[in-house]
Amino acid sequence: MMRPPLPPLPPNRPSTMPKVTFFEFNGTRHDVDANNGVSLMRAAVDHNVPGIDADCGGACACATCHVYVDPDWLARTGARTEMEESMLSFAAATQENSRLSCQIEMSDALDGIVLRLPEGQH
Amino acid sequence: MSNAELQQLARDEAFSMPIDEIDVSKPRLFQEDTIGHYFARLRRDDPVHFFENDFYGRFWSVTKYKDIMAVDTNHGVYSSDWTHGGIVLYNAPTLEQRLQMFIAMDPPKHDEQRKAVSPIVAPQNLASMESTIRSRTAKVLDELPRNEEFNWVQRVSIELTTQMLATLFDFPFEDRKLLTWWSDVATSVPEVDHLVESQEARLAELGKMLAYFTKLWNQRVNAEPRNDLISMLAHNPATRNMGPMEYMGNLALLIVGGNDTTRNSMTGGLLAMSRYPDEWAKLRANPALVDSLVPEIIRWQTPLPMMRRTALRDAELGGKKILEGDKVVMWYLSGNRDEEAIDNPEAFIIDRARPRQHLSFGFGIHRCVGNRLAELQLKILWEEILKRFPVVEVTSEPKRLLSNFVRGITDMRVRIPG
Repeated sequence: MMRPPLPPLPPNRPSTMPKVTFFEFNGTRHDVDANNGVSLMRAAVDHNVPGIDADCGGACACATCHVYVDPDWLARTGARTEMEESMLSFAAATQENSRLSCQIEMSDALDGIVLRLPEGQH
Repeated sequence: MSNAELQQLARDEAFSMPIDEIDVSKPRLFQEDTIGHYFARLRRDDPVHFFENDFYGRFWSVTKYKDIMAVDTNHGVYSSDWTHGGIVLYNAPTLEQRLQMFIAMDPPKHDEQRKAVSPIVAPQNLASMESTIRSRTAKVLDELPRNEEFNWVQRVSIELTTQMLATLFDFPFEDRKLLTWWSDVATSVPEVDHLVESQEARLAELGKMLAYFTKLWNQRVNAEPRNDLISMLAHNPATRNMGPMEYMGNLALLIVGGNDTTRNSMTGGLLAMSRYPDEWAKLRANPALVDSLVPEIIRWQTPLPMMRRTALRDAELGGKKILEGDKVVMWYLSGNRDEEAIDNPEAFIIDRARPRQHLSFGFGIHRCVGNRLAELQLKILWEEILKRFPVVEVTSEPKRLLSNFVRGITDMRVRIPG
């Protein structure tokens, strides 16, 4: 049996765009919207989150969009590529949950993901 | 001939000569600062360009931002290893004459040695260096003469970078001028610049550097590990058993890396600001723009205009077939003027939207280790200039280095109205 059509959305329904939460090194919190398919680096840069330098613009060719992925979310972000591994190995203060945020693409599965920023990008 | 006339002549030549004859390795073009016109022609008509030079041999010139990025991030195909010739155009004829430094090595050795020294510029260390850099910068600026011409390169750029380097090495401060000399020797091609008589003489000078630093090594290796480059090299498992030629090579790398580069950004930055007084006015009106001024200076100057690689196997690049063994030169200076990657790239604009996206530090595994320290030094220099001088006048055309590897300014006369 066919379902009846869904009622129209209420006019001021909050955005359903997936959300990313960044914590700066000093603890300042930024909740930003990110379209599916954009990188988490791009989401940070587009919303002027301080502490993501993104010198190479997303080519996985530096390590200046380094983030720590909240452990609850880490598995869902996938694995580092060989190049990402290599670039991260030259970054400062890396941890097991270190990733380059240009290499993580936003998706429904990552809605609400929490990322913490290192003391500096280098 | 005025500089404007010289530039016009070069532009006419660059855009009228047969493309096959364009040779962007000529050091004279860098000394005259006319090289940009030839790069502009290549970007337009032959972005991956082959040439055979009598002295440097056969080489490819890569001139577009995206092609440079493709080479720089593909270290599996494009090798930096000194055994193939390393990172400069000139293949020193004997292996002994080539610098055995980690920038001229491939993984895994490159990675291990680089990691031995990179903690020196980790964020926490930079924070602890900031007050020293600021007080030294303030002192150097406070001692500058007023209403009188002087050479900014000597009084400011060389002084500040050499002091910094002495600190990083914990090098005897009173002997620090030696570091400047060894830096110049390390990047010298004697057949071109005649800084020293010959390759042998160059090697002999670097031997003196090695002897001096071997004394420092011997002191540090027997002491507790400390936070200076020599102690780090002497205690790290990846570097503590280096032979003398590798120690010498890495010293040359660290000295040049901390010296020639920032020195010329300190000079080039002032040159840029004096040529674009509206930009200086913008900075005075909004000092927070120093954060985007600094990367713009580094882009505009591009203190190291190139890095060379050697193809380990046949490859395709920008539609050209690169053969195994070919020399491939990434011209960062050209990529930093590529209109497809950077808006209005010839102009110096201190509030660009994406100022950090430039090639001056390179990309990939060989990206500049000291990039954030360099930026910190420049940031402090400009903050301290802003506190003191509304203007510094550049009173004549600067004199430039005869080199295709260092985009150097050797003499720049300035005057501070008092």
